[in-house]
Amino acid sequence: MSAEEKKPKERVGVYVCHCGTNIAGVVNVGEVSKWASDNLSDEGVVVARDYKFMCSSLGQELIQKDIKEQKLTRVVVAACSPHLHEKTFRNACKGADLNPYLCELVSIREQDSWVHTDKIAATEKAKAIISGGVARVIHHEPLEPLHVPIHPATLIVGGGIAGIQAALEIADAGFPVYLVEREPSIGGHMAQFDKTFPTLDCSACILTPKMVDVGNHKNITMLTYSEVQKVDGYVGNFAVTIKKRARYIKTEDCTGCGICWEKCPKKVIDDHFEAGLGYRKAVYTPFPQAVPKYPVIDDINCTYFVKGTCKACEKFCPTNAIDFNQKDEILTVEVGNIILATGWDLFDARRVPNYGYGRLANVFTNMEFERLSNSAGPTGGNIVLRDGKTTPKSVGIVHCVGSRDKNYNNYCSAICCMQSLKFAHLVHEKTGATVYNFYIDIRTPAKAYDEFYQRIIEEGTLFVRGKVAEITDAARNPGEEGKLIVQVEDTLVGKQRRIPVDMVILSAGLEPRYDSKALAKTFGISCSADGWFIERHPKLDPVATMTEGVYIAGCVQGPKDIPASVVQGAAAAARILGKIQQKEIALEPVRATINEEQCSGCRICNTLCPFNAILFHEDRMVSEVNPALCQGCGTCVAACPAGAIAGTGFSNEQILSQIDGLLLLNLNKKEAVPAVLPQV
Amino acid sequence: MTDYLYYPGCSMESSAKAYEASVEAVCGPLGINLKEIDDWNCCGATEYLSLDTTPAYSLIARNLALAEEQANGTRTLLAACSACYLNLSKADHYMHEDKAFGKKINEALAAGGLHYDPGQLVIRHLLDVMFNEVGLDKIKEKVVKPLTGLRVASYIGCMVPRPDYNKHVSDTEHPYELDDLLKALGAEVIDFPLKTACCGGHMTQIGPDTAFELIRRLISAADEYKADALVALCPMCQMNLDAFQGQMNGYFHTNYHIPILFFTQLMGIAFGKNPEDLGFGSELVSAHEAMKRIGIQTPEPVPAKPVAKKPTGLPMPPPRVRAVQQTTGNEEAS
Amino acid sequence: MTEPVIVSDPPSAGPVKHEDLKLLQEVILRTPGDPGLEMCIQCGTCGGSCPSASAMDHTPRAIFAMLRAGMREDVMKSNTPWMCVSCYYCTVRCPQEIHITDVMYTLKNMSLESKVGGNSTASDFSKTFISLVENYGRSFEIGLAGFHNVKHFITRLPSMTPMAIGMLTKKGMSPFPPKRIKGMDQLKKILKRAKELEAV
Repeated sequence: MSAEEKKPKERVGVYVCHCGTNIAGVVNVGEVSKWASDNLSDEGVVVARDYKFMCSSLGQELIQKDIKEQKLTRVVVAACSPHLHEKTFRNACKGADLNPYLCELVSIREQDSWVHTDKIAATEKAKAIISGGVARVIHHEPLEPLHVPIHPATLIVGGGIAGIQAALEIADAGFPVYLVEREPSIGGHMAQFDKTFPTLDCSACILTPKMVDVGNHKNITMLTYSEVQKVDGYVGNFAVTIKKRARYIKTEDCTGCGICWEKCPKKVIDDHFEAGLGYRKAVYTPFPQAVPKYPVIDDINCTYFVKGTCKACEKFCPTNAIDFNQKDEILTVEVGNIILATGWDLFDARRVPNYGYGRLANVFTNMEFERLSNSAGPTGGNIVLRDGKTTPKSVGIVHCVGSRDKNYNNYCSAICCMQSLKFAHLVHEKTGATVYNFYIDIRTPAKAYDEFYQRIIEEGTLFVRGKVAEITDAARNPGEEGKLIVQVEDTLVGKQRRIPVDMVILSAGLEPRYDSKALAKTFGISCSADGWFIERHPKLDPVATMTEGVYIAGCVQGPKDIPASVVQGAAAAARILGKIQQKEIALEPVRATINEEQCSGCRICNTLCPFNAILFHEDRMVSEVNPALCQGCGTCVAACPAGAIAGTGFSNEQILSQIDGLLLLNLNKKEAVPAVLPQV
Repeated sequence: MTDYLYYPGCSMESSAKAYEASVEAVCGPLGINLKEIDDWNCCGATEYLSLDTTPAYSLIARNLALAEEQANGTRTLLAACSACYLNLSKADHYMHEDKAFGKKINEALAAGGLHYDPGQLVIRHLLDVMFNEVGLDKIKEKVVKPLTGLRVASYIGCMVPRPDYNKHVSDTEHPYELDDLLKALGAEVIDFPLKTACCGGHMTQIGPDTAFELIRRLISAADEYKADALVALCPMCQMNLDAFQGQMNGYFHTNYHIPILFFTQLMGIAFGKNPEDLGFGSELVSAHEAMKRIGIQTPEPVPAKPVAKKPTGLPMPPPRVRAVQQTTGNEEAS
Repeated sequence: MTEPVIVSDPPSAGPVKHEDLKLLQEVILRTPGDPGLEMCIQCGTCGGSCPSASAMDHTPRAIFAMLRAGMREDVMKSNTPWMCVSCYYCTVRCPQEIHITDVMYTLKNMSLESKVGGNSTASDFSKTFISLVENYGRSFEIGLAGFHNVKHFITRLPSMTPMAIGMLTKKGMSPFPPKRIKGMDQLKKILKRAKELEAV
């Protein structure tokens, strides 16, 4: 910046937040605000203040008062991350009749006080950050948000309890819902469970009424046996491409009478609904209360598809509802908002070699046990060994299988303690067997959960505190003959114990869906390193994502139990209903635009855009940004070799001035250079 | 022929001469050219590490430095003894991971005019090279006398599958390499649940009561599975289970007779080699009867009379008969 | 390590000295690589996995708790590290990926230095083994076993006779020490320097 331009055009106010001690504990905020008013006056700073909590109403009023009295034309707030309070301060400016986009929030908390311990250096860094903000804000232009209408329909992906709850909430409010489910029936994992903790009510008894409601609801379109392939558009106006797999059943004719699966000669191990413990036919509904009631023909196992002959189902179908020529359908629906509730996969217990699952017959997983104990399951609810007939006299339940273990998953799966306690109760009640629970810590922190733990202790379950080291059938003495031996350190005794049991149940943990990363990409949201989808804010916005219009509910966000999944389903629905009621949505005006004259048509930006917001006009050989899709991230601006892309809110001028400001180059004063360079 | 740097280890020239002889006998036909490191020294087993960390690692690292010096384009350093393999691999691993530590060890080596660049050598166990480099197909080609009818327990022990710094082995607890190799030779391989359990290590010398119990677990399990022989790949394992089997029997008043063979001895038999050239007859628990079952004549055992010993503590139960596990065949759950 | 940090240790139930609260850190620093010991969650996978747990006076898990508590003397006196057979089950199964076997080696080192503990049979065996290696460059199995067993297990010798005969006849083990390696001087220099470095 040259010397003759020194006369400031703008009147800038700088506001330095203490954030209690969050910032003031490390950064000398008083010194920083004094420095700004002393040193940045040439840049246009006419007032600089520090305040305990800028985001409080008193802090905001301070800014508004200055805007009016000092005739400020620009505002720089040095506080937390824009993720948290950018809106707050923009609104404060708006309240004082200053265009909200003339306010710049720079972070001296996340990018300074929280990451440094050297107070002097952190204070110098805060000055540099503010200097950059001031240099930038001068080049801001007043912007107006874009208003787009919101489509009233909602897409819900995943028909488990979270998705069902969300669907019913939105549909009951009178708005259309598309509920997409990969399996032939909605219901999710909850449909497989026997009893639910801590009340021990039957899972199906409380779930199936909701499933029926979904099936009958005039506002809900169920798309089962279907998967989302592609998502175009943006908040308020998504276009979602869905593949509806061929059921080979004409649903308009099918009555769900069940003759087809009675007559089907092909028996298949049901490794999905029955967790591998039972059988189904090649034409099947996963369970009797399935919604919808129509079966599907599994074309991988169906004898007709494999060998070309059979068609037993077709011969016996009383309504001629079988159609072997059905093809997959691709359909597109338009929705304003999306909820992802795709749930979880079970940790593969075979990965833990010392627990012998898959090698030792009487080691079962939690999902196998749910089916074993379920009266609608393969044994009619009899808890028996793998031989199908022997009732165990002793059962060991192993907590934390694949969870809280850096060799597998480092997180706590949250449900296993309560689930294991429930198993202890069921085994005790149904078989009278001696039950051991092997745990590291018992975690029962919700309403009536610890009381349930007390009840299980009272019932006589034996608790051994220790992570099971191994499960083996190699006996060392006659007492261990023919048993599974659970070898563990009883850490409360401080001795290794070998406990012979007939059956072991592994409480395998919850994992993200195997394809969660691909799903996240389809919907333009992010997942953590573990694969769980990331919420907008872990405490204050747990069901929204960083992508406007895409919400998450249930285990897709992290392991959780049924009540918490229901809460999230309802919460996501409430968020969306609020948006639909507004009928339109204001989009951030911070957008990229392409100068067609300068665009060479190289298409580099097309593939780089993380929001698929850039389309290419084949006829004119130029790219164009869809302003409604663009999130203003600036990737294309930086990437364009011709410099043809400009961003409102992040012009070259703005960015370069901010860099100059950060380096204090704009001050032209030697003493202004930070004495101590902060250690990053 | 592929050249491999070779670290035999001390046992190979004393207690495990059968291993040494059989390794040499089978490597040639499989195209493995063993280039023994000149003037190697003892790896210190687990003993030096217990006394003094820096000297222990320096002792191991001298071998690595010599191997690097003599490498001549070869990068793989082969060991047949599990403890030697692990020690060499451990020194390389920690010198690489912990730079300050690596510097310290090199400082010690410098006193002898040596230096080792961690990561330069790839340290592998003989079984790993047989399985992953030579491959079962090539091994099968060499089989002229399949071991059909010989029922064996394959026993890997601890230090090859664990900690397995470079993930050369299929599993830390139930690896399949030795099973598959023995199957390729035509043997009947039992699914030995204790295949990576501990042989007792140095406990035979410092806590015999513990050692006998660990040996009993392995021997009684092999017996219960009706194994004709237990196949090992480590001199220490072979020594503990073979030489101490008699004492263990005396201690527990049992009468187990499970010959302990090196996997290379059985490879040699399958390749049609002469049993004497493979060190047969050097085992204290004779393999004569077991090998006779498949028509191989090995030296007759000299009947050794166990010295009667007064029991200490309570008598142990007799060997058990294994209950057959019932399976429904659908335990392959998702 | 020149001197043990504490000369007189507190009795087991007595007050713990402030310096001993750093005991855990001392163990970590003396172990090559990052053993991760501070991450122990006391789950007992190690104690449950250990094949010689029954011979130990404390399980490894308990030892780690004692290190945290600064119970130096109790740890140094414990036979636990000396009973470790280096099977590495605990190391690969530990949910916190703690290098437990390596920690056991460090504890053995420290226990010998502390002069209060150690298991004489075990540490003697290590010492005898190593003195032979330091002399010949290679181990001398028969000599080691003979020397060690005469010293520690004299009553067991009769039951060992058949084995000893077998070793000499069938296995053909030599009753004489091995030939010294050529670079014996070089090795001695390396080990001397290593011992100096260890003491730093």
